[in-house]
Amino acid sequence: MRVNWKTYNSGGFFDEIISSPGYARKPARRLTSYLRSLTHDELQEKKRAAELAIKTMGISFTVYSDAGNIDREWPFDIIPRIIAEKEWDHTSLGLQQRLRALNCFINDCYNDQKIFKDKLIPKELVVNSTNFRKQCMGINPRFGVWAHICGSDLIKGGDGQFYVLEDNLRVPSGVSYMLENRRVTKRVFPELFQNHKIRPITEYPAQLFDTLAAISPRRSDYPEVVVLTPGVYNSAYFEHSFLAQRMGAELVEGGDLVVEKDKVFMRTIDGLSQVDVIYRRIDDLFLDPAVFRKDSTLGVPGLFKSWVKGNVALANAPGAGVADDKIIYTYVPQMIKYYLGEDPLLPNVESFLCIDKVQRQHVLQNLDKLVIKPANESGGYGMLIGPQASKRELADFANRIKSDPRNYMAQPLISLSTVPILGDRIVEPRHVDLRPFILQADKTYVTAGGLTRVAMVKGSYIVNSSQGGGSKDTWIVGD
Amino acid sequence: MLSRVAERIYWQARYLERAENTARLLNVFSTLLLDLPSGTKLGWRSLVEITGTDQAFDAKYKQANERNVMRFLMLDNNGSSLLNTLASTRENARTTREIMPLEAFEQINNLCHYAADNAAAGVSGGHRHRFLEEIISSCQEISGLMAGSMSRGAAYSFVRIGRSLERADMATRIIDVGSGNLLPDLSSGMDFPESREPYENTLWMNILRSLTAYQMYRQHVKHRVNGEDVVKFLLQDDDFPRAATHALTTISHVLRKLPKNTQVAKQVDKTLRIIQKGDISKLLNDGLFQYLDNLQVEIASIHHTIADTWFLPHK
Repeated sequence: MRVNWKTYNSGGFFDEIISSPGYARKPARRLTSYLRSLTHDELQEKKRAAELAIKTMGISFTVYSDAGNIDREWPFDIIPRIIAEKEWDHTSLGLQQRLRALNCFINDCYNDQKIFKDKLIPKELVVNSTNFRKQCMGINPRFGVWAHICGSDLIKGGDGQFYVLEDNLRVPSGVSYMLENRRVTKRVFPELFQNHKIRPITEYPAQLFDTLAAISPRRSDYPEVVVLTPGVYNSAYFEHSFLAQRMGAELVEGGDLVVEKDKVFMRTIDGLSQVDVIYRRIDDLFLDPAVFRKDSTLGVPGLFKSWVKGNVALANAPGAGVADDKIIYTYVPQMIKYYLGEDPLLPNVESFLCIDKVQRQHVLQNLDKLVIKPANESGGYGMLIGPQASKRELADFANRIKSDPRNYMAQPLISLSTVPILGDRIVEPRHVDLRPFILQADKTYVTAGGLTRVAMVKGSYIVNSSQGGGSKDTWIVGD
Repeated sequence: MLSRVAERIYWQARYLERAENTARLLNVFSTLLLDLPSGTKLGWRSLVEITGTDQAFDAKYKQANERNVMRFLMLDNNGSSLLNTLASTRENARTTREIMPLEAFEQINNLCHYAADNAAAGVSGGHRHRFLEEIISSCQEISGLMAGSMSRGAAYSFVRIGRSLERADMATRIIDVGSGNLLPDLSSGMDFPESREPYENTLWMNILRSLTAYQMYRQHVKHRVNGEDVVKFLLQDDDFPRAATHALTTISHVLRKLPKNTQVAKQVDKTLRIIQKGDISKLLNDGLFQYLDNLQVEIASIHHTIADTWFLPHK
């Protein structure tokens, strides 16, 4: 049985490929007719080939569980997601604009605090945030950039427009899966690449290296850039090692580094060798036991002081997470106007702040229609999806909001767009989001597309790999 | 190169070599059975002794028969089983992925999947040969891939050092056990002493085979297979890659490219001198075990000197 686009039904959600039964949107037409040209067996064969490629390539992620940590193969759907070039160019500009404003904001928070004095954002909201690091006050990193690598989550609503759902400014992950998804798709559908104009994405590691090299405190042709990982048991270890390899950088653990006279060195077979830039994939609080958590064995004592003295660069800078707070998120459109004097190119999702009395009232009265998010959790943890919650959960969240309003915000449940995935028998719609990666140092850069995450369970909105999400290749296609 | 990375590359190479050696050892001694007079009891326990895990074996099994030994050396969760050795290879490869060729990791990964999926069936006689052959050829493919695609820098130096030290170690272990009690019934005197010799020769032939040395021995030694020449060949030959002398000489060449190499070079030279001075025909009459024990201590000491010189200090 071949793919039948006439019986494909997204159930009223905005589908990115099929506009009405049997009709594909223009950028996707070559793909849909190609898929129709394959028999059921051919398609299933390609699916198996992709699974095999993933196993062979060792693309895995780690799931923490009571029974120990398990390395699981990356869940992947072979049908690529299609985004038109024109739409992407606009989105990409919006993402760069956003990161520039966010960096202005972070730099302002730790220096002049003008935005508080001008009463655009209440100061208490920021300095009481769990991600505000008072130790960073007065520091001015190169180019005024604190968040060099940002992963923003985008969703498409019922109107087919991209909205920004959140900005991840601490240690966003997923970019290696974006690159590996493309590698798998090339193995499975080589013929599709011949008749499409697909933007390449392979330059990301080189762009990342340039970004990191640009912030090196020592001016030399070969700055020593390293990737700092918590180690092989971290869920994103695959990515740490992947990026180190692609950049030709050393992958180091805390134990490999040592600080002497406020400079950072790594232990090599030749002895100690100075490090210029650390792409750290460890949370702020674990970076340096002398400054943050004393019990951290992952970090390096003295690292923070070396950074303050300007002897080593850290990406992202400690304290950058202050803007990665879901409450601060609601102010980003104002920040763009305030710092850049521009109109935001990408909209936020409509949001309600529980700290504001009027908005809180609205949230409490409409709990069963809203999505409630805590300020600082990630990975989809700790949130409430009102329409799917039980009465008890609703009552429980109402109490939590009342006792700690600063820690919660609410958004309407967005009808996430759908794309087709290949099931065991037929092609079915599933909800997706998109995480592009944005870089900033002396210049800004956005990946062509990003990591598309798919809620593999029918009807589900949860796209996180730790909770049953999968992913697919994302194509920015020209005419 | 990072000290930690050097250490992991070194261990990855050692484990890969060990997996290949273990697979060959099991394969050779399974076929050896077929050449022996029916009723001969093969000293299966010796295989466990070669790997130095007798205690763990005794804790789990009462009897050292074929099935138990095969299970122990292929499947069980102990330091020297084939599956564990391969898993350790993969673990070390996984943490040096940014240094080693991408395809090498993919192949190591595939090999681990293959071994995990097929080892249980491989324990039984029928499939064992094919399973072990597959392991051996995959290991060789991976070594070949590294040889063909890695620059001769520090990383490849540690691959060669790890591999060579494992080979020297294996050669001494196999001689140690092989000259002793692989065939207890034969060495303790039998009803047909005049027919003992062909079986002893079969044994030595298989010892050569377990180190892929049979063909090269025939070409270079010319004598028919006999204990003295085999021991000489495996310890003192300059040209055969799995002979202890060749393996250690390789290390002393590779060393020259690495920084701070004096202590390690000294220890390697000391060990080489002990091997070269060994009077094998005299030792075979008396003192071989003592001599080999001493040699193994020196080889272990090479490892410790390497670790002290280049690896991370362990807290």
